[in-house]
Amino acid sequence: MLLLGSVVTGRPRRFGPRSRYTRAMLGYALRRMAGIVPVLFILLTVSFFVIRLAPGGPFAGGRALSARTHAELEQRYGLDRPLGAQYVAYLRALVHGDLGPSYSIRGESVGALIAAGLPVSATLGAAALGLALLAGLPLGLGAALRRDGLLDRGLAAFAALTLALPSFVTGPLLALGFGLWLRWLPVAGWQAGAARYLILPAVTLALPLAVAIARLMRASLLEVLNASYIRTARARGLGRARVLWRHALRPALVPVVSYLGPAATYLVTGSLVVETVFELPGTGRYLVQGAIDRDYPLVMGMVLVYGTLTLVANLGADLLHAWLDPRARHEPR
Amino acid sequence: MPGSIRERVMSRGEARSRGAMRVGAALIALLALFAVAGPWFSPYSYRALDWRHLAVPPGLIASHWLGTDALGRDLYVRTLYGLRLSLVIGGLASAVSVLIGVSWGMLAGWAGGRIDAWMMRVVDVLYALPYLFIVLILTAMLGRGNLTVLLLAIGAVGWLTLARVVRAQTLSLKRREFIEAARATGLSPRQILWRHVLPNLAGTLVAYSTLLVPQMIVYESFLSFLGLGVEPPRASLGSLINAGARQMLTAPWLLLVPAVVLVVLLLAFNLLGDGLRDVFDPSGR
Repeated sequence: MLLLGSVVTGRPRRFGPRSRYTRAMLGYALRRMAGIVPVLFILLTVSFFVIRLAPGGPFAGGRALSARTHAELEQRYGLDRPLGAQYVAYLRALVHGDLGPSYSIRGESVGALIAAGLPVSATLGAAALGLALLAGLPLGLGAALRRDGLLDRGLAAFAALTLALPSFVTGPLLALGFGLWLRWLPVAGWQAGAARYLILPAVTLALPLAVAIARLMRASLLEVLNASYIRTARARGLGRARVLWRHALRPALVPVVSYLGPAATYLVTGSLVVETVFELPGTGRYLVQGAIDRDYPLVMGMVLVYGTLTLVANLGADLLHAWLDPRARHEPR
Repeated sequence: MPGSIRERVMSRGEARSRGAMRVGAALIALLALFAVAGPWFSPYSYRALDWRHLAVPPGLIASHWLGTDALGRDLYVRTLYGLRLSLVIGGLASAVSVLIGVSWGMLAGWAGGRIDAWMMRVVDVLYALPYLFIVLILTAMLGRGNLTVLLLAIGAVGWLTLARVVRAQTLSLKRREFIEAARATGLSPRQILWRHVLPNLAGTLVAYSTLLVPQMIVYESFLSFLGLGVEPPRASLGSLINAGARQMLTAPWLLLVPAVVLVVLLLAFNLLGDGLRDVFDPSGR
């Protein structure tokens, strides 16, 4: 059917391994993926030196150590060597997948800590993103279809309010309301697989995202619906629903999709707060605590994980964007 | 859609946004007044411990109008001090952001070509990074409770959007006749940027820096919430909310009071900023 359609309209085939479409997409994807590596490398390098230049060291504060123990510890972790040598050693271990030992959490490797915490953080992030899309897209759609209607005005008011509600305010308030007063949901904590523990954190994290997505969807759909090709489609006698699904939705989704990159960055920083508020055993707590304790390998591990995550998410959003909007493929910004 | 209907809708929306703007401005003025003068009306200081009134709920007991925390410190005074700090930090950090963003954007836009492409590439890359993370690491390492570090760190986060906006405007201003005329009279680029480009950016700058203030306040509260901002006995709205969240079962007012103040403050700035943006930069979103 697709083949026939393309013959009739004289357009090149859009799918299949050899079509121009696929080749252009693939080239674009490869170009962009190659762009991630240097950024990540720069991020790691800068972090490596910045955290070591900061005053204090991993074994300086806290317990009073004899000069000898201190020197022994430094030697054991290679901290007595020149910075350059430490840097090379770190990179060499990293290439072999070794993130090093944690200085502050005894007997744990950074890799193991991340492996234990990341599933929790990832579950939270995925749940929040899913929730935000599930709530935001239909809301925006509804608001755009009935402009200045009840839903539209409600959304505008709600959006103004959520802009003023950072997650470290909504989190405790939701926990207070639904956890302590109504006693519907647990206030904090985590039990693997128990959805009850996921609801409040995910809602807290998803709320600003859902509103942002709804507003974007509304604005872009309104713009698309005003375009002349939509009028043409209507004039050809297509029904409203068909025009909406077949012609308006795809271009209207473009801004929403490009927002997914910043959204990922938001999710990463937001999860920090939410994990703190709801005491989830994710990776978020390691960043702050690691930085305070001067636990260099732990901080580096967190920078690596969250840096990769945001960069890959941004890339994913751009690829989706390119798939939806062919113009974006040719202009590598 | 017939033009007349559209016009009416637009003007109604515009009127609404003007109203919202006034409400925002009035709220900010009121909050600022309270932050400055409010503590005078209480007999307590933000750090005085009142041993006879520990964790008292809001009421009239010993003029602890909004109650006390577990150490007997007066919540009314502490919240107003937090508000003061939020306003000062929000304002100063925005100034830092504006300074960086305007210089970066104007230079990129004015230079054009390869320099422009490179400078904007930097902005793109920084956009894609969880920048707040880096700030977080920096503040954790360079000094918790050090207000200067805090200011510079959060100020350095906010300039990206502004740099983009300013660059775009500079690019379009650059091609206008009056700039050409200024150049023809022999003014140096610095003079042109300072006297002819910058004044034309003023409206946009006012709008965007007003929108920056609530962002900076949120960043500061965020850092204080994570324990990286101001240190006790000093208080910021973020650290008060954090402390309140820990005791919300026994003393919910410790969470609710600073939370409500923060929300109203942010709402007011957003209302004012959105209104200003509509006035000065109708194209902006």
